[in-house]
Amino acid sequence: MSGFFKSSIGRKVAMALSAFFLMFFLLQHFAINILSVFSETTFNEVSHFMGTNFLVQFVLQPVLIFGVVFHFVMGFVLEIKNKNARQIAYVKNNGAANSTWMSRNMIYSGLAILAFIVLHFIDFWFPEINTKYIQGDWTGMHDGIEGYRYFHELQEKFVNPIRVVAYVVAFIFLSLHLMHGFASAFQSVGGSTIRKKRLQSIGKAYSILIPLGFIFIALYHHFNH
Amino acid sequence: MNLTLKIWRQEDSKAKGRMVDYKVTEISEHMSFLEMMDVLNEQLVNKGEDPVAFDHDCREGICGMCSMYINGEAHGPDRGVTTCQLHMRMFKDGDTITIEPFRATAFPVIKDLVVDRSSFERIQQAGGYISVNTSGNTQDANSIPISKHAADEAMDAAMCIGCGACVASCKNSSAMLFVGAKVSQYALLPQGQVEAADRVRNMVAQMDLEGFGNCTNTGACEIECPKGISLENIARMNRELMKASV
Ligand code: HEM
Ligand code: SF4
Ligand code: FES
Repeated sequence: MSGFFKSSIGRKVAMALSAFFLMFFLLQHFAINILSVFSETTFNEVSHFMGTNFLVQFVLQPVLIFGVVFHFVMGFVLEIKNKNARQIAYVKNNGAANSTWMSRNMIYSGLAILAFIVLHFIDFWFPEINTKYIQGDWTGMHDGIEGYRYFHELQEKFVNPIRVVAYVVAFIFLSLHLMHGFASAFQSVGGSTIRKKRLQSIGKAYSILIPLGFIFIALYHHFNH
Repeated sequence: MNLTLKIWRQEDSKAKGRMVDYKVTEISEHMSFLEMMDVLNEQLVNKGEDPVAFDHDCREGICGMCSMYINGEAHGPDRGVTTCQLHMRMFKDGDTITIEPFRATAFPVIKDLVVDRSSFERIQQAGGYISVNTSGNTQDANSIPISKHAADEAMDAAMCIGCGACVASCKNSSAMLFVGAKVSQYALLPQGQVEAADRVRNMVAQMDLEGFGNCTNTGACEIECPKGISLENIARMNRELMKASV
């Protein structure tokens, strides 16, 4: 089996598996975030659970970080290998005649997502690590605020219009990435989805609705605080 | 019609090539693209210049030799054809046509538009066959029942003529459509299944060794393939390799 993952096809499958994991994570992340639109209390409670649960913090979180790092490192490795497979470029190349823009620019949409992930970590993850692991405060409370702090922290972040614009742009790139990636991942693991209309439709729906949902949440909190 | 051609000229495999402009006149729209190239070459020979080297053999879409990247597409703008089957009526009077060799590190240029595709041969040699003794005592193929569906799919895969348009069109220079077709044509048939695991492992290993890129499912190969080889064959190759690896 170790030989398999060293082969080009093995790497392609590994890339797809990490992508499946990320797409599942994204769905779960969305499900929690959308709660913030409907109920401050529920959002706070779920956030507190996720932020303090042993399994989530010490098992799922490391797996997630590994998944993200693996996906983009493998993405870069394959991109370099693929660039080397054609050292002299065509003088004239009509890529649009036979493939979508999304499929030809996965590395750029991916880079935009990576830039967003860095911003997102600075915004939410680092402060969280600081509070919990450095200051040792696992209460989920803030001085002077009644109840859990999570909802207020979220609202505060989306006051700044520059951040909101950055989030919206990032989610557009995520959508473009997934528009090719969703069906591609199934094809990579040996499915014949490129032909199967239904999976393609599910892919389209996923790649538009989930990013759109995240955009909605960001805008909602920008205009309601 | 009158045309301007921008053609890649390269003395030999070591030389640094460049695009050169040529004019051709009175080209009939009924000519094939290669016949148009013949007109150009006659012109060059008459002037005492070196004719443009290009590969061709059957001139009827069978041999897969006529590799040319025309206006940014393998075998030009038409679908389901090789360069020899491409008609000049696909172009307009006064057009400028860019003609380049197929580009891939695994397809080095030999001269002008001629590339070395022996990397494909080496992949075939690594497993693209069945080991049967054909010295007179082979049994009749019809004595082994094969479903119509499997036979049709195997036949579709066997349509691949090894032209390399899939590699040339792929942004990653991936050979997976070609190898997928060669793996599939045997994997679907009982005669091929005996050696299926070794075949896919060895052919993929050779493909990787030759320096082809990695498939990212853009689907450009399927669109540009003159023989309509479908992406399904790549998916089947992936499944075959997974099966062979567990
Ligand atoms: C962290 C930054 C990211 C980078 C640099 C990146 C880069 C890439 C690259 C270069 C590919 C092309 C490889 C291929 O198509 O086989 C790819 C594929 C893919 N990516 Fe990403 N990506 C990133 C984040 C994400 C995220 C967050 C998701 C999902 C939530 C995702 C989902 C996918 C999917 C579904 C594929 C297709 C997999 C396949 O074809 O088998 N990516 N990524
Ligand atoms: S798969 Fe199609 S494009 Fe590729 S070598 Fe075979 S016939 Fe040519
Ligand atoms: S010359 Fe044989 S396929 Fe074109």
